Amino acid sequence: MLDARTLQQLTDIVGAENIATGAQDLICYGYDATQMEFLPDAVVHPDSAEQVSRILQLANKENFPVFPRGAGSGFTGGALPKGGGVVLVTTRMNRILRIDTDNLVAEVEPGVVTETFQMAVEKLGLFYPPDPASLKFSTLGGNVAECAGGPRAVKYGVTKDFVMGLEVVLPTGAIIRTGGETVKGVVGYDLTKLLCGSEGTLGIITKIIFKLLPYPDSKKTMLTVFDSIDGAARAVSTIIKNKIIPTTLEFMDHATLTCVERRFNLGMPESARAVLLIEVDGDRDLIEKQAGQIHKLIEPLGLVQFRVAKDAAESEELWRVRRLVSPSLRDVNPDKFNEDIVVPRSKVPDVIRRIEVIQKRYDIPIVNFGHAGDGNIHVNIMIDKSVPGQLEKAHEAIKEVFQAALDLGGTMSGEHGVGLAKQPYIPLELNAAQIAAMKSIKAALDPNNILNPGKMLP
Amino acid sequence: MTKKHIDPLERVAQEMKKCVKCGACRANCPAFGTFQREPATARGKVALAQHLVKGDITLDDGTYSAMSKCLLCGSCVDKCPNQVPTDEIVIAAREALAQRRGLTTFHKAVGQVIRNRKLMNFGALAAAVLGPIFFRKVPSTSGLRLRFPMPFIGGSRHIPQIAKKPFMKRHPEIIKGEPGKPTIVFFVGCMTNFVYTEIGEATLALFRHLGCTVIIPQGQQCCGLPGMSGGDLETVRELAEQNLAAIEKHEADYVMTACATCGGALHKLYPLVIGKRNPELKARLQAVADKTVDAAVLLQKLGLHPEETGTGQRLRVTYHDPCHHRTAGIAKQPRALLKETPGLDLVEMEGADRCCGLGGTFNVYHYESSLDINAGKSKAIIDTGADAVVTGCPGCIMQLSDGLKQAGDKTRVLHTVELLARKIRR
Repeated sequence: MLDARTLQQLTDIVGAENIATGAQDLICYGYDATQMEFLPDAVVHPDSAEQVSRILQLANKENFPVFPRGAGSGFTGGALPKGGGVVLVTTRMNRILRIDTDNLVAEVEPGVVTETFQMAVEKLGLFYPPDPASLKFSTLGGNVAECAGGPRAVKYGVTKDFVMGLEVVLPTGAIIRTGGETVKGVVGYDLTKLLCGSEGTLGIITKIIFKLLPYPDSKKTMLTVFDSIDGAARAVSTIIKNKIIPTTLEFMDHATLTCVERRFNLGMPESARAVLLIEVDGDRDLIEKQAGQIHKLIEPLGLVQFRVAKDAAESEELWRVRRLVSPSLRDVNPDKFNEDIVVPRSKVPDVIRRIEVIQKRYDIPIVNFGHAGDGNIHVNIMIDKSVPGQLEKAHEAIKEVFQAALDLGGTMSGEHGVGLAKQPYIPLELNAAQIAAMKSIKAALDPNNILNPGKMLP
Repeated sequence: MTKKHIDPLERVAQEMKKCVKCGACRANCPAFGTFQREPATARGKVALAQHLVKGDITLDDGTYSAMSKCLLCGSCVDKCPNQVPTDEIVIAAREALAQRRGLTTFHKAVGQVIRNRKLMNFGALAAAVLGPIFFRKVPSTSGLRLRFPMPFIGGSRHIPQIAKKPFMKRHPEIIKGEPGKPTIVFFVGCMTNFVYTEIGEATLALFRHLGCTVIIPQGQQCCGLPGMSGGDLETVRELAEQNLAAIEKHEADYVMTACATCGGALHKLYPLVIGKRNPELKARLQAVADKTVDAAVLLQKLGLHPEETGTGQRLRVTYHDPCHHRTAGIAKQPRALLKETPGLDLVEMEGADRCCGLGGTFNVYHYESSLDINAGKSKAIIDTGADAVVTGCPGCIMQLSDGLKQAGDKTRVLHTVELLARKIRR
């Protein structure tokens, strides 16, 4: 609990209109997309690095935890104020400071919404590729803190691959810059990479310098339907093995298709067991050639339909199948555990087979879709929490799914992070020495453990 | 808080469970766009409604404030991955708030006026009370502004000319058309009846041109939406029943309205919020709902040729989608008619389907925010360089006129039917 004097000091820092302690405000900053809920004691909306620094200095002095939050769209509880404390919302810091077309870099504040930024750079013929599904509402600060991915990661990589430098307020309140805006730079430790994906435990990001690319000349979207899940999974590794890197390679299994079809009636062929949505971008001639190569490569793998979009409208129509997945899943069961394992791309067929076995053993629906082109599969374990025993079953199944990914040389999470949701499973992936190394970094930067305590590391 | 007070919320408790708090509503909610605080989002309101049902917050000022920050525009529902009906949930919360706290003085007055046609016919009084909802500053170019004191808001505001003679008083109840042609019940709506009578005249002219028999039921009342916006569901129920009786008196093929808001009430909201415990009433409301159709949609369906009836003038126009049209899937039909109208050059504005910010009584309690939302709309309109913005809702017409006026712009604001009927009205 915060005493009246501390609240007054917080008010002095951010101004009365930017601090809230009413029950309604606390509820509305106590949730995220995990559906967990923890109420904070206060919510503050600072507007500058300097204000963030003062809040953190006060937190160290008065010993209260601070939980940084962007749009609150996370899947693992990274922004949730477990145990109470102050939620620090970064969305007022939402300025695009500059887009440098000479050097292809941009500097932004953390509260800028991802899509807003993309549209701004695209107007100048530039490209910021990371495209998490939440891009219409998630913030860039949150994207960096969680190292968000997205379908285009197959070709372009994830958020951290575009972060060149940061301005960060360290847990003790010191404001530092990391990295810079040069292509090369090796002076000191790479704190930029350390902070990407640190889930708000090591510092609060107040400025980001992004690398930009030229906007690709053109793109081509293909919807490919297979008569077996194995065929589709093998198509993924075949395309990569033949040295074609598509922009996106989205995968949907039979259970996913059944959900979408039941609700939206898209007219998929009867024999459809899996779908790959493939997109290539770049020079017009090159992508024509690539599309032809892809068709030839996957033809023998049980391909039953191959559709190529002629224009942007048709491309949007093909993407519709993928976008309808999320609203359809609830028809299977009301509660969903959305995991995002990753395996080396050649192991996609193996991990799919392993998950099929797990599904049969536990007899609960598991719906798989996702960014198969980079080996990232969204494994959705669908249960009804109100049915006794299902929750326990789900936890056991999740553990086995994680273990399957790890056995195949993969990881538990590609883009959602650990937060609270995956914390119990951390020892499956990290050994004691790894955890100790990470904890010593946390302790060095945050001696009083005030920044997002209790997250990520067990 | 007694059980009775959260009763309306219990009714939508199942719907609340569909919300997974993903945050997609942050991208689409115009209220969040201006307030920039989580309680203004759809998921925030759903979370609060869930806590109300659980009983760990009460229907206090904080809840009232959060629930008031909704335009009931339905944008969040359209784009919600799980189709959570936040509009219904907010309506239920407002009903609960009204039951618990009583209606505000302003909403009591709204209820009294909209329930009383005699009072409404005494236009000036209606305007005085409804003014803050409907009657923003209109372009001074009309030269017909009146000034009314606004006792419930304070200060005084510019409001448009109240028609000397309401539309319904100018016409008989039944206007016979050609045999074999459809019979249409015309649900006029307050704005058209008392203020924008020109919309009524143009609508009537177009359906008469098509040979239809037009019935203007004399017993029709306000649709009640100004009441719903404040949680006064009692008034809405009363008006719905009266409107139902007035409409059912006549055999008709269609129930037509040129007001998107009235259309939303008849077509969607009546059967949604009324008659939950009265299946017979609900069935009757549903029957009317099924027959209810927007004027432009019906004109297109009945094969209107705009080249015979519409403007000869060269005009660059842009189209604004009223929320109650967007949620009913009406967008292509009015545009198609405008495209066929001689002389009209239709250009699309950015975000044509974004709410104008009127939102029933939203703009009374959050006038600054309403202006902020409207300013974005005005900019989009001005950026098209259009001579006129066209829409299908008199409420939007009021709000758009105000916004453009505030931006110092002279773009005209017109109803679709006014352009479609220009030739036959002269």
